[in-house]
Amino acid sequence: MNKEKQLFTISVYTENNIGLLNRISAIFQRRHINIESLNISPSEIEEVAKFTIVVNMAEDNVKKIIGQIEKQVEVIKAYYHDLDEIIYQISGLFKIKSELLFEERQIQNIIKESNARIVTVNKEFFVLEKSGKKEEIVALHNQLSDFGIMQYTRSGLIAVTKEEMKISELLETYNN
Amino acid sequence: METQTIKNQEKVAKVTERISGSEAIVRCLIAEDVKIIYGYPGGAIMPVYDELYKYQDKIHHVLTRHEQGATHSAQGFARISGKVGVAIATSGPGATNLVTGLADAQIDSTPMVCITGQVASHLLGSDAFQETDIVGISTPVTKWNCQVTRAADIPAALAKAFYIAKSGRPGPVLVDITKDAQFEKFDFCYEKCTKVRSYVPIPKTITGTLEAAAKIINKARKPLIVWGQGIVISEAEAQFKALVEKAGIPAAWTILGASALPTSHPLNVGMLGMHGNYAPNKLTNECDVLIAIGMRFDDRVTGKLDEYACQAKVIHFEIDPAEIDKNVKTDVAVLGDAKATLEAILPLINTNIHKEWHQQFKDLYEIEYEKVIKGDLHPTKEGLTMGEVIKEINIQSKGDAAIVTDVGQHQMIACRYAEFNKTKSNITSGGLGTMGFGLPAAIGAKMAAPDREVVSISGDGGYQMTIQELGTIFQQKAAVKIVVLNNDFLGMVRQWQQMFFEKRYASTEMVNPNFVAIAEGYYIKAKKVTKREELADAVKEMMESKEAYFLEVCVEKEGNVFPMVPSGASVSEIRLA
Repeated sequence: MNKEKQLFTISVYTENNIGLLNRISAIFQRRHINIESLNISPSEIEEVAKFTIVVNMAEDNVKKIIGQIEKQVEVIKAYYHDLDEIIYQISGLFKIKSELLFEERQIQNIIKESNARIVTVNKEFFVLEKSGKKEEIVALHNQLSDFGIMQYTRSGLIAVTKEEMKISELLETYNN
Repeated sequence: METQTIKNQEKVAKVTERISGSEAIVRCLIAEDVKIIYGYPGGAIMPVYDELYKYQDKIHHVLTRHEQGATHSAQGFARISGKVGVAIATSGPGATNLVTGLADAQIDSTPMVCITGQVASHLLGSDAFQETDIVGISTPVTKWNCQVTRAADIPAALAKAFYIAKSGRPGPVLVDITKDAQFEKFDFCYEKCTKVRSYVPIPKTITGTLEAAAKIINKARKPLIVWGQGIVISEAEAQFKALVEKAGIPAAWTILGASALPTSHPLNVGMLGMHGNYAPNKLTNECDVLIAIGMRFDDRVTGKLDEYACQAKVIHFEIDPAEIDKNVKTDVAVLGDAKATLEAILPLINTNIHKEWHQQFKDLYEIEYEKVIKGDLHPTKEGLTMGEVIKEINIQSKGDAAIVTDVGQHQMIACRYAEFNKTKSNITSGGLGTMGFGLPAAIGAKMAAPDREVVSISGDGGYQMTIQELGTIFQQKAAVKIVVLNNDFLGMVRQWQQMFFEKRYASTEMVNPNFVAIAEGYYIKAKKVTKREELADAVKEMMESKEAYFLEVCVEKEGNVFPMVPSGASVSEIRLA
């Protein structure tokens, strides 16, 4: 039951140190595991960084990877969750020629229906931002690509868990 | 009460001294009680060498002939003493030459601190002369590493390095220090590191696991203990022996676990794995409870995992949580340091004998003796065997020597037949299988334990990978006994070619130099033996020598190591021929 591949997010709470990204990514590279997306940001705790890594792999192997990640000296704690256990968002940015905004009525409808936000507009281009699930951003991309997209980029997945993480409590026990 | 408080405050008050970063490095080593370091100078580390010159009465620097030799010497030092070995090198090629030793120490859990010089911080990333990204390169083969670009960060970095290298499951650590940080003056103060917030060196034993393990062990009818280096690292030999004896359980070892229980102990049933003994391999697949202690189920030990001890309940005593269920699924995992967990479980264990079960090991030993051991140790045909050389060393050392081996056939034969009375006596490259490890490791071992007899045993292949360290032996007057078992082949690869590649001996035949002349070129006493009748006297002469001694023994060219679990086969498919 645990051998089938599925998407998992791996959340890693770490000290904020140079080189740690290299150390963590090496764990995946060494085992020939592709990282679907990666985001590093501050966490709810001061001076503690949070890696959010998305991988497509079997649960048995995710558990082993968690062990290897936690083994790194500067990793405080690592968790894994399937997508049902988290609330997550991905962000997409679309740079599009401004003339299309006025010439193609359809684009305005797409923007409205997709709940995308116009970040900026100038003479040459406008920038659309859409946050949501990966499928929503992909769908918007598909719709817009018919008109021509000047630039497109999608962020890594960021997530919070439904369950409590209790990192502060954990740190408290480490400090004592 | 009041005076007490004042005294404490004085202790806490930091006394600083304005010194250079390079002097601080040496002072940190002194504060960590380091007395011997191994290394090789070069541009980016020269300020440190200048300080080592000043502090030579406190720290003895051993100039090896190659940086790889420095790491292996530091490893040999660490393995025989349990202390942190220290190696030092310059930037660029000096640093990259450490990589093999780092990888070896990482996979064999050896505490080692490597210090490298680095180009000045303003040159980082500019492809400067002898610049290399050693922190990037060494990341996958170190337990921890870091780069220091300010003198003020040196004491904390080195304190952390020593703490991490030695604590928990030990491993190698690298600290890369830029040249400007070495020159910079700062207010020095050293505090030992006793804690890193995010790092749990010894995991807590989960409540109930000791009891659960004890219950399974007490019910077992055919239990087998498989132990590894964890016993040695944790210095749990006494607790381990007490458990083995009380529970009356046959115990077998991985090559890094060898010598934690004397070879002669009646419950020591021998070596596990590919070239291990017949009984423990066969009976792994017949035991009802497998108790693994401080070992990691390496593929050379388990053979085919799908057919490894599937019938058995598995108990795993382990300090590294990442090892639990990594290769073999456990029923009960007892996390913690082996010394503490073994001590805690002892009172819960019932006294037992398991006489019939033990008899099975004896019966299988008899089969192995007739088919393999007799021919190895008491050959009647022409041509010396590696086994009879080890036997002679046993006779002369009475089992008290530390045996340092390289990698290959001689290593397997030495591990199989060497007799060990004392712990920390088998120093070898297990996980990485680093040819060239033996000779420099023996130097470190001898310097760490000058009172012990240290015998380096190599094959003609691996010996030539670090043969230049004869220069270090000569310069340091290290009384290492050097044995080369010469079959003019890369024997283990040749054996595989014979067995699995229809005798196509691709690049395994060695045309060898005059090894005796080479040793003598380094002013080391040397002898070559080609006949059985010369062997005993030659080994005796070597062992009685007060100084370094080189002995070349020409052994049969196409001897094979058996038993053997072929690669990918189950341990029960172990072959005797």
